[in-house]
Amino acid sequence: MKLTLKIWRQKGPKEKGRFETYKVEANPHMSFLEMLDVLNEELIAKKEEPVTFEHDCREGICGTCSLVINGQPHGPNKGTATCQLHMRHYKDGDIIVIEPYRAAAFPVLKDLAVDRSAFDRIIQAGGYVSVNTGAAQDGNAIPIEKEQAARSFDAAACIGCGACVAACPNASAMLFVSAKVSHLALLPQGKVEARRRALAMVKQMDAEGFGMCSNVTACEVECPKEISVTNIARLNREYLSSAVASETKV
Amino acid sequence: MNCNVTAAWRASRRGAYMANPCFTQIHPTCIPQSGDYQSKLTLMSESLRNDGRVWVPKSQEDAKAIREGKKTGNDIKEENRDYFLERRYPAFGNLVPRDVASRAAKVACDEGLGVAPTGLAVFLDFQDAIMRYGKSKAHSMGLHNPGDSKIRELGEQVVEEKYGNLFEMYEKITGENPYKLPMKIYPAVHYTMGGLWVDYNLETNIPGLFAIGECNFSDHGANRLGASALMQGLADGYFVLPYTIGQFLSQEIRTPKFDPDAKEFLDTEKDTRERLERMVNVKGNQSVESFHRRLGKIMWDYCGMSRNADGLKKARKMIQELREEFYRDVFVPGAINDYNPELEKAQRVADFFELGELMVVDALDRNESCGGHFREEYQSEEGEALRNDEDYAYVSAWEYKGWDEDPVLHKEELVFENVELKTRSYK
Amino acid sequence: MSWFSNFLTSSIGRKVVMSLTGLFLIVFLLIHLVGNLQLLYDDSGEKFNLYAKFMTTNPLIKTVSYLLYASILIHAIQGWLLWSKNRKARGQQGYAVKTTRSTGTNSFAASNMGWLGTIIFVFIAIHLYQFWLQMKLGNLPMANYDGEQVKDLYAIVSAAYENLGFVIFYVLSMVVIAFHLLHGFQSAFQTLGINHQKYTPFIKGLGKVYSILIPLGFAIIPVYMYLFH
Repeated sequence: MKLTLKIWRQKGPKEKGRFETYKVEANPHMSFLEMLDVLNEELIAKKEEPVTFEHDCREGICGTCSLVINGQPHGPNKGTATCQLHMRHYKDGDIIVIEPYRAAAFPVLKDLAVDRSAFDRIIQAGGYVSVNTGAAQDGNAIPIEKEQAARSFDAAACIGCGACVAACPNASAMLFVSAKVSHLALLPQGKVEARRRALAMVKQMDAEGFGMCSNVTACEVECPKEISVTNIARLNREYLSSAVASETKV
Repeated sequence: MNCNVTAAWRASRRGAYMANPCFTQIHPTCIPQSGDYQSKLTLMSESLRNDGRVWVPKSQEDAKAIREGKKTGNDIKEENRDYFLERRYPAFGNLVPRDVASRAAKVACDEGLGVAPTGLAVFLDFQDAIMRYGKSKAHSMGLHNPGDSKIRELGEQVVEEKYGNLFEMYEKITGENPYKLPMKIYPAVHYTMGGLWVDYNLETNIPGLFAIGECNFSDHGANRLGASALMQGLADGYFVLPYTIGQFLSQEIRTPKFDPDAKEFLDTEKDTRERLERMVNVKGNQSVESFHRRLGKIMWDYCGMSRNADGLKKARKMIQELREEFYRDVFVPGAINDYNPELEKAQRVADFFELGELMVVDALDRNESCGGHFREEYQSEEGEALRNDEDYAYVSAWEYKGWDEDPVLHKEELVFENVELKTRSYK
Repeated sequence: MSWFSNFLTSSIGRKVVMSLTGLFLIVFLLIHLVGNLQLLYDDSGEKFNLYAKFMTTNPLIKTVSYLLYASILIHAIQGWLLWSKNRKARGQQGYAVKTTRSTGTNSFAASNMGWLGTIIFVFIAIHLYQFWLQMKLGNLPMANYDGEQVKDLYAIVSAAYENLGFVIFYVLSMVVIAFHLLHGFQSAFQTLGINHQKYTPFIKGLGKVYSILIPLGFAIIPVYMYLFH
């Protein structure tokens, strides 16, 4: 199939960017990123600079690939990351607009690659449990209700890709932060530091310049792991009780 | 190319031994290749072999028809199917270890019985499992004489509960429905049992350099079971290293903070800058990716599922020639101070050349078949791996000496005091 | 007390303020509607005027009314502040292809709360000027009920709704309020963390019903008065 791609090109964080149009030939079995690889090989053959985009596992599990495709982060399919999108969902003659994630907290580095280290700093602020290594506690000896473990697992599926921020009209990171907080708040091991975690991660999220959630729920629709906004409600509860009722200071 | 050897290899270039690099695992159930542009061959979890049955058509004619799209797997009757794993290994059937299953699939495809357009695929079929689960579910639901379609429906539900996400992944990637058609799979490179040499404290031969997880060689020997990469990372990082690193750190208490302007740092920075500039200044005509592909093909063809001395010697030459071509004719766009993915890729491929050659040398040195390393000259009558424990019960720890010298072999003899080395049969 | 100001200025804290003031206003709307439905009585406004007197003289009501004025101002100002901060968070460059999908049916309302709220604020300003301010400061005609002299607010309302322009303005404002509530009602609960599979569907359903019935109830008043008086 012959496709027309309108791709955002930007030389560096401080440069002005603009859309460039390319034509590429793809076959239905290719993944979206493989199609971009093919485009890049053609550009390199012409001694032009290839399009910079981020990727890693190419399997929908690492959260590195980004891209807003025709206005939708990770493209049109539900529960699918960009790297899992295959060209059989497109047809000959299609025009595809490819943009980077847009948010003040995700500055563009080059072309379609954005700086998502804000997420790393949020995790560093509290998205972890502290353990003494060396000897394992038998995981099966810590009881947990199966339903709760399942909810934690669902929240843990978050790969930190940032599509939620890209989709949100307010560029809020609440779905991401709430997924990470929920994942740990629902587990016995996470309860130890739960108060501090909620306060610290929200504080960092605010410091990074993300917007505020107004429950539009575009994030849930675009999330490649289908994380639910019930996690946002849980973060609201965790934060409220930590801010108002706990003795933990942050 | 984010999956690469650079971190370990750079240590190796600075003196850390690389152990058993030719012990690589090829996983039997990956999604087959569909084209040259493909960036990866996605793994279908090993758990599928619990229920799936591996087969190819008995006749080349049927296989050809399937390859051309004239027939599907469902059109081949039972008596015309060769469930080759069950046939060759009655005791373990579809559950033979990965290297055994991979080699068997390769043999079947080499005989012209492959079922994908490229000729490189075998079937992993769930129809029997679906019907079996369906019957048992119908029975436990108390249904009398359920029809075939009801049994199938119930069976598909059970299979969805067990493997739903895997089946969904397969469908996303291939566009085929694995509930209705048999899955197509083919072996692909999956894991490296080899890696940086470490002692029992997980310290390499460079003092203070510890290597844990898949990047070291330590936990697996020549073969490896499923989910043990995770095990290795946890075992090394959570259980072992917290105890063993203390020994090194305790000596360091007297070491002052390093000065970033020390000669070693400045020299290394200069080296790095020169290396990057050299790469960008070649300004040749071929992309990094094209070298990556060609190098990969050499490794897959000559140092893959089965190896032989002639092929390995030939491969070493081919790699050296390709490396020279790389440094003569690669085109890396952009500058060294920019965010430059092509330059990153070029560095990865540069390291792959050196590792690839070492892998071939290691495979050539080990004149036996052992685990993931299969030398055609050393096989039993039934085509199984033939080990030589008398001469080769050692770890090959290689010291890299650069392009113009052979790497130096340091043998770590494997001495077994409480167990005897045996060979297992999967029949 | 710095924990309190830290809380109020955090993203979640600000949203909680929106939620609480919003919920207060939602409750206010119900009470306001019930009281003002008395305008539909065919008694030349006696019931309504007595009600108006009660509302402007009862000390408890007067205290709550200060809370009401504060809520309106806080809700509006915090809302504009959020709107502005969120715009900044989106960044300088917008998307070339704009889509915002949502899980509910009200993505229009959800994405436009700022505009809807601003229109409502303008409506409130006009509404307060027309009736509340007149009641407080204006020279109203007086009505006499069993010897009691009360301000004839009914006459003011009635006069206003003889004007088709005001009726249309009022009805349209109610439509705007309906959209604002369609998102705001369930959003307020979500912001407070009140989300549970057992009762969230009920809250969402109640919200939809409320968002339509209350503004509809309000809209009926001027239309009725215009048509039948």
